[in-house]
Amino acid sequence: MRKHLALGVAVVASAALLAACSGTPSSSDGGTSPTAGTGGGGPELVIWSDAERAEAIKNAAASFEADSGATVTVVQKNFEDLRADFLAQVPTGEGPDITVGAHDWLGELVESGVVDTIDLGDRAADFEQVTLDAFTYDGQLYALPYAQEAVALIQNTALVGSTAPTTWDEMIRMATDAGFAERPFILYTNGAEGDMYTSYAFQTSFGAPVFVQDDAGSYTSEVGLGGDAGLAYAQWIHDNGKAGTGYFTDTIDYDISNELFATGQSPFIVQGPWTIPTFRDAGVDVLVSPIPSAGGQTASPFVGVQGFYLSAQSKNALLANEFLASYVASDEAQQALYEADPRIPALTAVAESVADDPVIAGFLASAQNGVPMPNIPEMGAVWDFWNPAQIALINGEDPAATWTTMVANIESAIAD
Amino acid sequence: MSVGQPGAERPGSAPAAPRESAARDWRGPGWGFLVKLLLMMVVNAVGGAAVLSAYHARSWVILGVLVVLLAEADWIYFARRTRPLKYLYPGLVFLAVFQVFTLLYTGYVAFTNYGTGHLGSMQQAVDAALIQDERRAEDSPTYPLAVVRDGDVLGFAVSQDGEVRVGTADDPLSPVPGAALDDRGVPTQVPGWEVVPRATLFTDADLQQRVVSLRVPVSDDAEEGSLRTREGATAAVYTSSLVWDADARTLTNTDTGVVYAPDDRGNFVSAEGDRLAAGWYVDVGFDNFVRAFTDRAYAGPLLQVGAWTFAFAILTVLTSFGLGLLFAMIYNDPRVRGRKVLRTVFILPYAFPAFMSALLWRGMLNAEFGVVNEWFLLGADVNWLGDPWLAKLAILWVNLWLSYPYWFLVTTGALQAVPSETLEAARVDGAGRWRQFRSITLPLLLVSTAPLAIASFAFNFNNFTIIFMLTGGGPAFRGASVPMGSTDILISAIYQISGVSGGRADYGLASALSIVVFVVIGVVSALAFRQTRKLEEM
Repeated sequence: MRKHLALGVAVVASAALLAACSGTPSSSDGGTSPTAGTGGGGPELVIWSDAERAEAIKNAAASFEADSGATVTVVQKNFEDLRADFLAQVPTGEGPDITVGAHDWLGELVESGVVDTIDLGDRAADFEQVTLDAFTYDGQLYALPYAQEAVALIQNTALVGSTAPTTWDEMIRMATDAGFAERPFILYTNGAEGDMYTSYAFQTSFGAPVFVQDDAGSYTSEVGLGGDAGLAYAQWIHDNGKAGTGYFTDTIDYDISNELFATGQSPFIVQGPWTIPTFRDAGVDVLVSPIPSAGGQTASPFVGVQGFYLSAQSKNALLANEFLASYVASDEAQQALYEADPRIPALTAVAESVADDPVIAGFLASAQNGVPMPNIPEMGAVWDFWNPAQIALINGEDPAATWTTMVANIESAIAD
Repeated sequence: MSVGQPGAERPGSAPAAPRESAARDWRGPGWGFLVKLLLMMVVNAVGGAAVLSAYHARSWVILGVLVVLLAEADWIYFARRTRPLKYLYPGLVFLAVFQVFTLLYTGYVAFTNYGTGHLGSMQQAVDAALIQDERRAEDSPTYPLAVVRDGDVLGFAVSQDGEVRVGTADDPLSPVPGAALDDRGVPTQVPGWEVVPRATLFTDADLQQRVVSLRVPVSDDAEEGSLRTREGATAAVYTSSLVWDADARTLTNTDTGVVYAPDDRGNFVSAEGDRLAAGWYVDVGFDNFVRAFTDRAYAGPLLQVGAWTFAFAILTVLTSFGLGLLFAMIYNDPRVRGRKVLRTVFILPYAFPAFMSALLWRGMLNAEFGVVNEWFLLGADVNWLGDPWLAKLAILWVNLWLSYPYWFLVTTGALQAVPSETLEAARVDGAGRWRQFRSITLPLLLVSTAPLAIASFAFNFNNFTIIFMLTGGGPAFRGASVPMGSTDILISAIYQISGVSGGRADYGLASALSIVVFVVIGVVSALAFRQTRKLEEM
């Protein structure tokens, strides 16, 4: 008898505890203010963002919540985790309505069927064309762009003056005259792993794009690395590596490259806007300009574009589209996103308004020479062979053989 | 087991009055019972919450498993005849959740092509194909729009130059006179229809989905496309060419007449071999296993990687065990002063996180800027991380540095357990130091440390951290057609092949290879344990 009593007590107490527990989440998911009138019944828009953007998105969301009566929940994740998590969770129905993302994920997202198309209508004309191209796949736009970035030539004006070189030879001459014959330029190679992203502009200046672009600017899966242009570029790396001038080494990782430049051990570097705070903190006066040509043609760096993707499984597609088109795409929201993390805005008007900062203007000028990094899924197979080839060439291996093998390997990996 | 025999578990109690088992013996809520009651309350509360959330997420399998586990737990801890299970149950649950389930799930994925392009179901792939196919007509203007309804029928009212037209899914757009517009051209009143305010659209989730999926034909001619809205305030004309036939399970392009049928790899493929972008995941049988062993591109490099994995794991155990034992024997000698302090200092590398140490070493081994070349090798240009053999040496060296303190710690303890009488007897019999070590100390040590050595082998076999943080598997095999390098061990090679790091992830292949590695480690460990049993017989 007593035993039954005890069991009863246990059940009642468990229920009470359960009620207490289940009560907590609903009161703690505040932070996003539930709007009066809708109570908890209103629809909820879930947005994944990285830490830098979360605050700016929340601000844009505040007025949206007031106008629409919906609740916006911003979930903060590491930027690197967003892609894999979005791919894994959207098919299970657990994904967000909107996520922040980079444009080079697009091919993979489309193949996996997790992104919806979006339509900017007349607003599209207000965006920098390269940012729209970047998010276009097979003629359809898949994300609302908000920022673009590209690497550029950064020079230490105290060492080599404030004239920007336009060719590789001119740059080397300037550095040599200033007494930096041994290391006139810092090529970042991510240590011994190789990094073709940063130095891509030199390759395009030889006329060897990674993939051939069609007339509309979309990348085809035809590899453009081979041929005489590609071989000339391979020869050029080789001539500046261990077997040649010795300017390029496989020892420069991110920290070392920053330190070499910040401590004035070399006057030129090609790097992205994210390194500028480090150099400024070290008291270096920098001039940012387009990358000089090594092979005679325009040096086009990769342009990376960030934007907002819409989930193909969103249950609130109408709300999500309204939020993107009317709130995030507004000049104010784009300005706020810029202030949260200063990258070149995708909206032309906002980009121009912030271009009075010479550093931003320099990166903008470099990006305007650039081409979007390929968003086709084939790109994933390229890095694994491209980067090691750079290291092999720097270490003095035969340029023709190394480059030809690399192109063959990339082509066979894509064919799989 | 002696459960169920009253009094058996209390050998010291008086035999005259056999006592009942603890459960039956209950005379009131003792402390033990109260604690149990509280614990079970927590278990039930957490379990109940999990059941509820599984219900909300509609994960019926998880829900079923949770209910069964919870019911079992309650039965086991409140019933009388379940004493052994009371001890075993938590362990069994952990075993099921963390070992058996993970293994089965990995096994299941290994037989599918789950990965980039094959992540969802077939229906999701169809949805994606239709989404990707529907395009805005190039000359379509953007119409101001109001969503209207008449009872259950939903329609679009759009205006152009002051003229309002209304249509539904079945009836194409037709002019409706007498409608009122606001200054942006959005219809505010349409005779015969109720205009749905946007606020209602935003708050009614079902209505929202119906509006987003509604397509209103522009005219009787389907070629001209249909109106669709994305945000409920404007509409534009869209055309699509793909049609899904659910019965035949095919997608047909109405412009070209090409039929896309599902193939056995989870893609829609036309007769000419054209493939639609989106796919779904399917069972592929032993394909992943076969590919890993028969694909010529993989076989050679994988063999090299496999050999280095064994070499790395075995050499790491041998060198770190040897060095640890050497230091342990030296610092076990009572003549050494300040042994305690020294021992503490010795185990410091063990206390650092391995990835931090690996990163530090990576910097120190840098050929041009690293302190190793600069301070110890007179600034020589030794490419520690760029040369295939030196990189292997660097890996072994850093891992030795990381793991010998562990063996120092373990063997110090084991040495102190070696009976000094036996050693003394050997000395009396005239055995030298080396003989004492070979015949007495080492065998006795191995009895207790050999299982640890096997565990250490298994751990290093999969020691991803040090490879990834120190060399990233590089330097890459020269000209190899797969992304592997000289210092890649199997697990880091799997990470590269599977493309989980970025690019094209192939979880199916990665799971298959993981299972192969699991089997290899299992076999090696089983064989090694069999050997250690012989040690115990000595």
